[in-house]
Amino acid sequence: MTFGRIWLCLSLALAAAQASAEGISRFTLENGLEAVVIEDHRAPVVVHMVWYRAGAADEARGTSGVAHFLEHLMFKGTDELAPGELSATVEANGGSDNAFTSHDYTAYFQRIAADRLELVMRMEADRMRDLVLSEDDWATELQVIIEERNQRIDSDPGALLREQMNAAQYLNHPYGTPVIGWRHEMEALTRADAQAWYDRYYAPNNAVLVVAGDVDPAEVERLARLYYGVLAPTEGLGERQRVAEPPQLAERRLTYADPRVQRPYVTRSYLAPERNAGDQSEAAALTVLAELLGGNAATSVLGRALVFDSGKAIAVRVSYDGTSHDETTFGITVVPAAGVSLADAEAALDEALAAFLRDGPDPAQFARISTQISASEIYTRDNVQGMARRYGEALTSGLAIADVQGWPEALRAVSEADVMAAAEAVLVRRRSVTAWLMRPEAEGVRQ
Amino acid sequence: MIQLVAALALVFGLATPARAVVEIIEVISPGGLTAWLVENHEIPFTALEIRFAGGASLDAPGKRGAINLMTGLLEEGAGPLDAQGFAEAAESLAAEFRFDVGDDLLSVSARMLTENRVAAVELLRSALIEPRFESDALERVRGQVFSIIDADSRDPDEIASDTFGRLAWGGHPYGSSLNGTMESVAALTQADMFEAKDRAMARDRIRIAAVGDISPDELGALLDTLLGALPETGAPMPPRAELALTGGVTVVDFASPQSVVLFGHAGLSMRDPDYFAAYLIDHMMGGGIGSRLMTEVRAKRGLSYGISSFLAPRDRSETWQGYFASANEKVAEAVAVTRAEWARMAQNGVDEAELAAAKTYLTGAYPLRFDGNRQIASILVGMQHLGLPRDYINTRNARVEAVTLEDVRRVAARLLDAGALRFVVVGRPVGLAE
Repeated sequence: MTFGRIWLCLSLALAAAQASAEGISRFTLENGLEAVVIEDHRAPVVVHMVWYRAGAADEARGTSGVAHFLEHLMFKGTDELAPGELSATVEANGGSDNAFTSHDYTAYFQRIAADRLELVMRMEADRMRDLVLSEDDWATELQVIIEERNQRIDSDPGALLREQMNAAQYLNHPYGTPVIGWRHEMEALTRADAQAWYDRYYAPNNAVLVVAGDVDPAEVERLARLYYGVLAPTEGLGERQRVAEPPQLAERRLTYADPRVQRPYVTRSYLAPERNAGDQSEAAALTVLAELLGGNAATSVLGRALVFDSGKAIAVRVSYDGTSHDETTFGITVVPAAGVSLADAEAALDEALAAFLRDGPDPAQFARISTQISASEIYTRDNVQGMARRYGEALTSGLAIADVQGWPEALRAVSEADVMAAAEAVLVRRRSVTAWLMRPEAEGVRQ
Repeated sequence: MIQLVAALALVFGLATPARAVVEIIEVISPGGLTAWLVENHEIPFTALEIRFAGGASLDAPGKRGAINLMTGLLEEGAGPLDAQGFAEAAESLAAEFRFDVGDDLLSVSARMLTENRVAAVELLRSALIEPRFESDALERVRGQVFSIIDADSRDPDEIASDTFGRLAWGGHPYGSSLNGTMESVAALTQADMFEAKDRAMARDRIRIAAVGDISPDELGALLDTLLGALPETGAPMPPRAELALTGGVTVVDFASPQSVVLFGHAGLSMRDPDYFAAYLIDHMMGGGIGSRLMTEVRAKRGLSYGISSFLAPRDRSETWQGYFASANEKVAEAVAVTRAEWARMAQNGVDEAELAAAKTYLTGAYPLRFDGNRQIASILVGMQHLGLPRDYINTRNARVEAVTLEDVRRVAARLLDAGALRFVVVGRPVGLAE
């Protein structure tokens, strides 16, 4: 019962699903449920996932956290299952189950011996429409998610800063509201909020089924028809409506000081385009750009400049994940070396970025990254659960199966000129938020 | 390169399966190195896992942190290549190398494509046999370690772990962080790096497993190329660590709305005939979302987002531990509930249905571990380290099934002792007396 990605690292973004459609099939049921089946017969295991096109960015204003709250409540009972019975049954059959919520989706999965697929599918289908929220359950679970916020956000200065930074990055779009919710709004959530959310979004015409592992696609379809096929869709659901972010005209800057800071750093995010159905070339270029700038500690542009050459930093991190329903961010974090102020670290970063925009990539580095992109298709095949996740995430972020399968080719097609065009478009201070995480007594408080 | 972000390391139980999900071949190289191999030619790469027993506990007196720093330097320049040259070469081959060290093991993990495996092995060989430990790399990685030590001193999880270790094992290497201290790391020299390598990385303590697109003959030749030039022997293994833990509460003041709690007392060795009974008890106590601790602390009372228990059978000392985080106002109640659950299990054991469910889970989950080349290689190398036979995978679930209700009662009464639990609480707990 985690909540979603905050920062996905680049290696995940680069690791593309396999290019060919080999071993991958799909079907759609009459009630709107879309399904993807990924075959991998190396081990007698199946991963069964249901992804809902409903995440924190779909919440009504004032009810932040309800998507994630409902995720927790989905482990309570249904008309047929006692509270906790689903997990207990999965566990009693040697499986594991969990769920996660992001801005764009909420997903549930079980990993279990392949011959138990029907068991988990029956239970997952049952809770798609027949959840029962008792008075006791929801009140106690609200305490659990507040403890989760205590643990994951309020105890972690870095997480608090990210929350502030996202809020500053998105003036209007709901990506500026944390997935777990603002504490004061979480405390005010009610059973009615959760029920309304569930009734609207938990429906076959708002869900994607992904089944991966040692399975026969025809049998998966037969079972899906049996269990999911009978469920009623939500009428009038319509397209997802998200408000748009206005153009960013002014650079935004934050400082956050907290005595618990373990390691001061400077971090910046730039608004950046995401992958779109039928059009993912710019996102592919940004993915390669992130790899060029910070993918490898020793060979990347920023690693070389800041860690190896000038020694101003002990670590650099660049993050971009194009799988997002709406406009996303391109992030860079620099952890200064001992004795280097945050102001100096930021100046060194800007200098290195300016040099990159002026000189372009090293062709040898560009070639090595191309090699890695090809190899990642081989290594990715070793992780069927990761493959399943990629399909689920894409299909709930506005992409189609063809986009997932076309992603490796989109990455391969990226030229040096594409990367530079994307860099020039995105690495613009005016469209950025820069934040300093520091201790109260830390140096560099004044610029 | 040393990873800057380290999570609280939890030690999980026995890593191993019930039916023959993999077929393991023992390969002995022409030069006398032994490895376990699972051949699988579906995907054109090989996962290789190498372990050296002893790990960071083999630090020489006064050189705490040397083996950790040395491990971080293995990929920072070797043979004719400096750190960047090494990284470029690995990138060009799309080979993945990881070097890591813990209290008991130094680990080398590799993924290599079949199409350029020979070149990848040569590159990895240079890191294992001819690391340069040059001063610029040494200073850079030393700076990373300093940063980790400093960050850990402000991280409640690390403070809890360090405090628990110190209370439990005192002056033994288990009683201090393998990162060393600012002072000990500052004093380390290039000569110390070469010495640390020779202490930790030798043929007499090596375990090797490979899984993937490679034949036994190819693997045999690979092993001699890769590891043949390692020294025959290393430093003598460290002594057993006597457990000095006593029952009670230790509070470490830390300004945060939430306290983190690490607790534990003595455990048992994996070689103990009661290990599987304890493993089942631990699962029922704090092993999953439906465990007793999760039910009582989280589901019924909302005192924590999560609580777990775990057996920590290290090579030289054994503990039974648990971990949770809880709001400062709730932590005292969570500690009380934990003690009560510990006592209830010790006094009453479990009933037939609960035990049956735990067995079904643990035996059913076992084959699910074998779902990728790297995972399988890690399991195999772990089995070797424990001295388990190759056919163990086929007998393991029978050992779980053989545990009786009476075994559970006897072992719970023997080992679980609520009064002996030491709770290390890092935070500002309300109403919790030391």
